Amino acid sequence: MTRADQITFDGVSKKFGENVVLDDLSFGVAAGERVTLIGPSGSGKTTILRMLMTLTEPDSGTITVDGDNLFQEMRNGTLVPAREQHLRSVRRKITMVFQQYNLFPNMRVLRNVTEAPVHVLGLSQDEAEARARELLEMVGLADKIDAHPAHLSGGQQQRVAIARALAIRPEVLLLDEVTSALDPELAAEVLDVLRDVAKSTSVTMLCVTHAMKFARDISDRVLMFNEGRIIESAPPAELFDAPQHERTQRFLRSLREES
Amino acid sequence: MSGGLWLRLLDGLLVTLQLTGYGAVLGLLFAFAAGLARLSRHRVVRGIAFAYTEGFRGLPALVVLFWLVFALPGLGFQLNPLFAGVLALSLNIGAYGAEVVRGAVLSVPAGQIEAATALNFTRWQRMRRVVLPQAVVAMVPPFGNLLIELLKATALVSLVYLQDLTFQGQIVRAATGNTAMTFFGLLVGYGVIALILTILMRLVERRAAASLGRAVRPGLLSGRTS
Repeated sequence: MTRADQITFDGVSKKFGENVVLDDLSFGVAAGERVTLIGPSGSGKTTILRMLMTLTEPDSGTITVDGDNLFQEMRNGTLVPAREQHLRSVRRKITMVFQQYNLFPNMRVLRNVTEAPVHVLGLSQDEAEARARELLEMVGLADKIDAHPAHLSGGQQQRVAIARALAIRPEVLLLDEVTSALDPELAAEVLDVLRDVAKSTSVTMLCVTHAMKFARDISDRVLMFNEGRIIESAPPAELFDAPQHERTQRFLRSLREES
Repeated sequence: MSGGLWLRLLDGLLVTLQLTGYGAVLGLLFAFAAGLARLSRHRVVRGIAFAYTEGFRGLPALVVLFWLVFALPGLGFQLNPLFAGVLALSLNIGAYGAEVVRGAVLSVPAGQIEAATALNFTRWQRMRRVVLPQAVVAMVPPFGNLLIELLKATALVSLVYLQDLTFQGQIVRAATGNTAMTFFGLLVGYGVIALILTILMRLVERRAAASLGRAVRPGLLSGRTS
């Protein structure tokens, strides 16, 4: 962890019942860095993203973004649990794309992308639409602007979800197994879009994925998780080609056998 | 049967439709207020809504009606009879409707709220822009049922001398002495109104489903949404 880190986890622990999901975890991510989180399911990767999105609270430890403590705020000189107002201010820079897309079925594609810019950022309808059209063009869905999400394929829905996330101009983009619900061909479309995003923006990316080729292409660093801890951290070329830890070797082998 | 008696029935029909219409609007208001209040973060608000829904679901609408019409005046509150009828019916139907509202809101997947949170919507925006528009679609079919229940319950007001269809039916029966024909006429009258309400709700249901990009096959006897 360095002072320059945009995101820091410091001694973060989380249990669900008896199950220890994160075990005294500390790490940092620099602004603009692309970090991929890998590891067996249940090793705490998704929980990390959900904590950054303020959807899950840690039992102990602190998480900061740009120096702001996510779940606590200063009031009258003491740290107290954060209220909604504080959460909203730290959420401003962060957004997340979900495994199950979670597009709003009550809005057509264009409105899915303009809703937050208009009602959260306060953009005018025209500005928001112009930006949404650009983004939908970028994800290859300019012709689906008036479609209902229910009428799109999974891959198309996920690309809309990416456009929707980028529309609020996030500084941190969290990608939670965004291709796990898709068959390989549709997953490839989505990953291509994300490669574009990685190339054309400077957004910080935290990415939980099993798509190793993709992780290798976009990541600056790969973190290997096991039982709520980071057991190995290295640039992708190193971690994938010469994993040090026996658990990492076993995990990567099982992934290769799968594909 | 003389023209005067026919006119009586027509007047009665009008009162029944008024009771159903006003009762539905006010009942919807109670349903949303109490249903959303039961999901409030504040215990007191939840408690009040709980007391209302459980209380009025347990009370016969007729007892409430007797209270409003016969007991309240003794305490110094004289309500307009039609309003008393509408209030009694809507308090009752609103308590059932509150459960519909609550259930429909809870049926919206958590992922929807999480996505709205990830876009930094406020609590109210999440409810108003994401949750309610989807929940309302799920409310329409059970609300259709409640509307028919409400229509049938309006017949109770004849017992407090409000001159609805059932009350006028009794007058006609007394005047003509033809019990079977009169009650058969009432049966058809309520049946036709119920059928019209069912068709209307069916149209609303189709529009609601279309708002989520789903299609309902046309026709009264069609099955589930596709």
